[in-house]
Amino acid sequence: MKADVDPKATMTGDVEPGQVMLSVENVSLSFGGVKAIRGVSFDIRKGEIRAIIGPNGAGKTSMLNVINGFYHPQEGVITFKGRRRSAMRPYIAASQGIARTFQNVALFKGMSTLDNIMTGRTLKMKRGLLSHALHFGPAKSEEIRHREAVEHIIDFLEIAHIRKAPVGKLPYGLQKRVELGRALAMEPELLLLDEPMAGMNLEEKQDMSRFILTVKDTFNTTIVIIEHDMGVVMDLSDRVVVLDYGQKIADGTPAEVQSNQAVIDAYLGVAH
Amino acid sequence: MLYREAGQFKSSYSADMAMFPIRQDRIALALLLVVAFFIVPFVASDYFLRAILVPFLILSLGAIGLNILVGYCGQISLGAGAFMAIGAYSTYKFTTGVHLPLDWFGTEISIPPLAVLPSILLGGFMAAIVGILFGIPSLRIKGLYLAVATLAAQFFFDWVFIRVKWFSNYTPSGSVAAPELNFFGLVVHSSIERYLLCLAFVTVFAFIAKNLVRGSLGRQWMAIRDMDIAAELMGIRPFYAKLTAFAVSSFMIGISGALWAFVYLGAWEPLAFDINRSFQLLFMVIIGGLGSILGSFLGAAFILILPIFLDQVPHALGIPISVETISHLVFIIQGSLICYLLIVEPHGFARLWAIAKEKLRLWPYPY
Ligand SMILES: Nc1ncnc2c1ncn2[C@@H]1O[C@H](COP(=O)(O)OP(=O)(O)O)[C@@H](O)[C@H]1O
Ligand SMILES: [Mg+2]
Repeated sequence: MKADVDPKATMTGDVEPGQVMLSVENVSLSFGGVKAIRGVSFDIRKGEIRAIIGPNGAGKTSMLNVINGFYHPQEGVITFKGRRRSAMRPYIAASQGIARTFQNVALFKGMSTLDNIMTGRTLKMKRGLLSHALHFGPAKSEEIRHREAVEHIIDFLEIAHIRKAPVGKLPYGLQKRVELGRALAMEPELLLLDEPMAGMNLEEKQDMSRFILTVKDTFNTTIVIIEHDMGVVMDLSDRVVVLDYGQKIADGTPAEVQSNQAVIDAYLGVAH
Repeated sequence: MLYREAGQFKSSYSADMAMFPIRQDRIALALLLVVAFFIVPFVASDYFLRAILVPFLILSLGAIGLNILVGYCGQISLGAGAFMAIGAYSTYKFTTGVHLPLDWFGTEISIPPLAVLPSILLGGFMAAIVGILFGIPSLRIKGLYLAVATLAAQFFFDWVFIRVKWFSNYTPSGSVAAPELNFFGLVVHSSIERYLLCLAFVTVFAFIAKNLVRGSLGRQWMAIRDMDIAAELMGIRPFYAKLTAFAVSSFMIGISGALWAFVYLGAWEPLAFDINRSFQLLFMVIIGGLGSILGSFLGAAFILILPIFLDQVPHALGIPISVETISHLVFIIQGSLICYLLIVEPHGFARLWAIAKEKLRLWPYPY
């Protein structure tokens, strides 16, 4: 794996497009007796859209939780931007440029759309308690600067009309969109999307696909997406990794994966 | 003038982010402040100022402090009374001089008596420090367990201030009298002066609280409250968010404790800050509205006015009602209101007020 990483990149933390940004090697994760992930290896290249697919309970969400430091695998090595990762708190992964959305929307329900997305700027806001207390000078100009950035995201996601609305009462499709906005506000290098289109109708799925592609093209964000809709996966992703019962059963382009016998068996529920 | 935001277009984010973006709200607040500072002192009776407005203001400040922790950051606390006591006793020690012999270390801490204002602020800082210490468990435990931990703080400090005579400067009775309230040569003595002093403190800290909750720190607190796991994945450090909430909250509660002791009571004993005080503040926050600065004032007003109202109104109407019945009635009304609000409207009176404003904005059209 080391050969893939330019030594200079290791020092500056920058990865050239097309090179490996994050690699997962032989990772295993279990909860008590349940083995959620069994010896899985794959990599994510800078600038690509990498899909993770597989039946329910295959360990897809667990894999995202491992990548952003929420779960600590019992075995295996994760290398991010050339550096081997130790067990860490999720906010450190966030500070390294990893953002995500959740399978079950995890918005801050008591806050408005605007405030939810503004929380994504937290790591970029440096003013301390005292200057916030007075909301004067630097704290105020910082707030305005980040408000501008957030307004761009709001315009981009076409949610200006719900800017001040409490998110708890929004329809599901819009909540998913706000959640994407909150993750984008972090200006992540690696964006993890856990079933961003689950429960959406066709039109909403098309909107969401358009947003994801635009994010990739304009900000060069590397994206990992978990998705069940094979049509969406074919349209969006550059490469697909398939998990089943915690194991990797296929890895390749969407076309390769779709014609893979093991994948067909897994989806058709052939006995193991 | 009609209550409308229509026609008030904001041309900058700065205007949209103002503390009160709607012009009528700003005018109302300015009017309220003018009335509170320049008219009330001259029209209100001595009794009204001393026995109603002063405690209302001080407990409002305490409720704001508690609301930051419970309402904004979602960390339950049953120990507010203890933090008022820490503010009060620390202020007392700073005004009378701190002498702490540390024989074991062959040294001693000796601070000469300080003026009242710095002492009150230092009292707030002491409460903040202790608040941070007692906030550390919140990084591990939640809900009921945290409630029990803060309850332990309450009982611990009740005990400390009764048993450790050093805090009351070894007075035989255990009760303490505040020294003269001298602010840079200005002695606060009359009811009007006491009222204005409290009003100044509450105004300043209410503005600070409002600034904090609408900025980055406030969003971090609310994010932790609403979904702590997602908050952490957004890069919010639970450690920082929770402990700043404990610190700011305890600071304001500590200041309110110092004011309660020095400005309202004048002389006090540890009982003034027992668990009942903690519950009183908590009820104010729940009834007024969790996560609302305005609600803290509404809650404080309601809890303080209810007994007075029940005492005076039936009397004035000629309905005979015994003192005991009144105190029972107070419990019944408070209790049922809290149950109702917790189930139906956790944002309390502040939310009802917001709904009324919403209606007013649309009036006279139903939609
Ligand atoms: N926190 C947890 N505790 C116990 N078991 C878990 C936990 N998270 C996931 N699992 C188990 O791990 C397996 C994989 O789950 P998950 O990663 O959510 O699958 P997917 O997202 O592919 O549907 C499931 O059997 C699930 O029950
Ligand atoms: Mg899942």
